[in-house]
Amino acid sequence: MNAFKDAGHLFRFAGLFVLAFVVFLLIRGYVVPKSFGQYGHYRGAAIAEIGARPVKYAGHEACETCHTDQANAKSKGKHAHVNCEACHGALAKHADDPAAVTPVKPDSAVLCARCHTATAAKPKGFPQVNPADHSNGVPCATCHQPHNPAIADAGGAK
Amino acid sequence: MTGVEGFMYPNEVGLQWSVLIVLYPFITGLVAGAFILASLERVFHVEAVKPTYRLALLTALAFLIVAPLPLQLHLGHPERSPEMYFTPHSTSAMAMFGYVYLWYLMAVLVFEIWLDYRKDIVLLSQSSKGLLKVMYKVMSLGSDNISPRALHIDEKVGWIVTLIGIPSAFLLHGYVGFIFGSIKANPWWSSPLMPVVFIFSAMVSGIAGVMLIYMATTKLRGRTIDMRCVDTIAMYLFYIFIIDFSLEMLDLIHRIYEADESFRSLDFMVHTQLYIPHIVIQIILGTVTPLVLLFVTQVVKLPEQIRKRIYVISGCLALMGIFAMRWNVVIGGQLFSKSFLGYTTYKMTLVTREGSLVAIGLSILPLFILWALIKLLPPWATEPPTHTAAAD
Repeated sequence: MNAFKDAGHLFRFAGLFVLAFVVFLLIRGYVVPKSFGQYGHYRGAAIAEIGARPVKYAGHEACETCHTDQANAKSKGKHAHVNCEACHGALAKHADDPAAVTPVKPDSAVLCARCHTATAAKPKGFPQVNPADHSNGVPCATCHQPHNPAIADAGGAK
Repeated sequence: MTGVEGFMYPNEVGLQWSVLIVLYPFITGLVAGAFILASLERVFHVEAVKPTYRLALLTALAFLIVAPLPLQLHLGHPERSPEMYFTPHSTSAMAMFGYVYLWYLMAVLVFEIWLDYRKDIVLLSQSSKGLLKVMYKVMSLGSDNISPRALHIDEKVGWIVTLIGIPSAFLLHGYVGFIFGSIKANPWWSSPLMPVVFIFSAMVSGIAGVMLIYMATTKLRGRTIDMRCVDTIAMYLFYIFIIDFSLEMLDLIHRIYEADESFRSLDFMVHTQLYIPHIVIQIILGTVTPLVLLFVTQVVKLPEQIRKRIYVISGCLALMGIFAMRWNVVIGGQLFSKSFLGYTTYKMTLVTREGSLVAIGLSILPLFILWALIKLLPPWATEPPTHTAAAD
C-alpha cells in the first residue's frame, strides 16, 4: 500500500498520457472526415465531389463533328493519335457554345517546341530539333501544317 | 536552367530538398547521440561522465523540440502535417517516424528528465516565488512526495526508461537513415547500411556536441572542467568515430567494388561537384583529422591544457564533418540525373523560407532553448561541491 502511495506521482504522469491520448482521439474524431477509409486510404466523399465538377474537356469526337477538314488532315499524318485538346487546351465550353467561347490559336513557335525540342532522353526516331537552329524563331506553322506536319517535298518532317 | 551540365530530366533540375532537410537529420542525430551519452552513466554506470548526464538530457530535449521545425518550414502546407498523425498510412515511413518522434519525446526524454529532476522541481516549487512557483508546481504535477522510497522508485523507473530509451534513440535516428536508405530509385541513397551509418554518425555528433556544450558552460560558469569526464567522453568519441568511419568506408568500398550502372556517374560527381564537401570537408577535415587528433590524446600523455584544446578542435571538426555528411547525402543525392547523363547544381538562397539565414537561425535556436531549460532546471544543482568549488 505504501509502495502504491510512493508511486502516486507516476500515476499522475501516466494520467497525463491518458489525457493526451483522449484529447488526441477527440480531435481526431472531429477533424477526420466521416467518409475517410470508406473505399481506401482517402476521403470517400471526394469521389462524388470530383464527379460533380464540370467537365472541362469535350473530347476529340466533339471537335471532329464540326472541324472535319482538320480531322481529315490529322488522321492522315503523324499527329493522328494526338488528341485535339492536347494542343488546343480544354474546350468543353467552346463545344457547348461555339459562338460564345472562341479559343485562341496556339503559337506554334512555342507549342511545337514543347515536344520536338531535342533531348537525349527521347527515342531516336522521334522528330526533334534545336528550335533556334532549325527555324530561328519563325513559327513552325509557316512551313509545317500542324495537323499533318510532314512536308511532302522534303520527304517528311525532320 | 542555369547550372545544368549534360542531360537532366525536367523534374531533376531544381532540388526538391534544401538545406533545411540537411539540418533535420543533423539535429535529430544530435538528439540521439546526446541521449546515448546520457545512457552511458545511467545504464552502463560510466561514473566519469556523470557531470554531463543532465546536460546531455537537456541538450537532447532542446534539439528534439527544434527537430521538426526544418520540416515544417519545408512543407508547402505545414498546417496539414498533423494529418500524418490522424490518418497515418502504414506504408509511409514518415508517418511511422512521426509516432517514433512522439514516443521518444514524451515517453522517453520528457519522462526521464521529469523523473531525474522531480526532487529538484519539488524543492524549487517550495523555495521559488510568483510565476516560477506556479510553473514548478505544474511541473511537479501536484505531487510533493520526495520521500526516500518515492525517489528510489523514480531511480528504478528512470533506469528502465533509459534502457527503453537506447533502442528508441537508435530507432529515432535509424529511421532518418531508413528514409534515405529505402529510396531504391536513388543509387546514392539506396543502401541497407544507411540507417546504421546514420546511427553511428549521430552518436559521434551528439557526443561531440555535449562535450563542447559541457566545456563551454563550465567555462562560462567559471568552474573547473572535470578532465576525467572529458577524457572519458573523448575516449568514447574516438571509439565510436572509428566504428562510424569504418562503416562509411565499408559502404564506399562496397559501392566501388559493386560498380553498378550508377557508379561512373556518382564517381564523377564525387570528383567534381562534391569534391570539396565530401572529400575535403567530410572525410579529410571532418573525420580523419579529428580521428588523428583524438588518437594522439589516447596514446600520448599530453598536458591538460593541450588536451582541452584538442578536444575542442576535434569536437568542432567532428560536428562539421557530420554536417557535411548529411549535406552530401541529402544534396549530393539530388545533384545527378537518374539518366546518369547529367548534373545539376544547388545554390543556397539567403533570405527565403528555406534559405541559409533560416538554417542558421534553426541551428542556433536549440542553444537558446537549452539556455532556458538550464535556467529552469539547472543541471549542476546537485553536483558535489568538489566539482563546483575550484576555480579554473
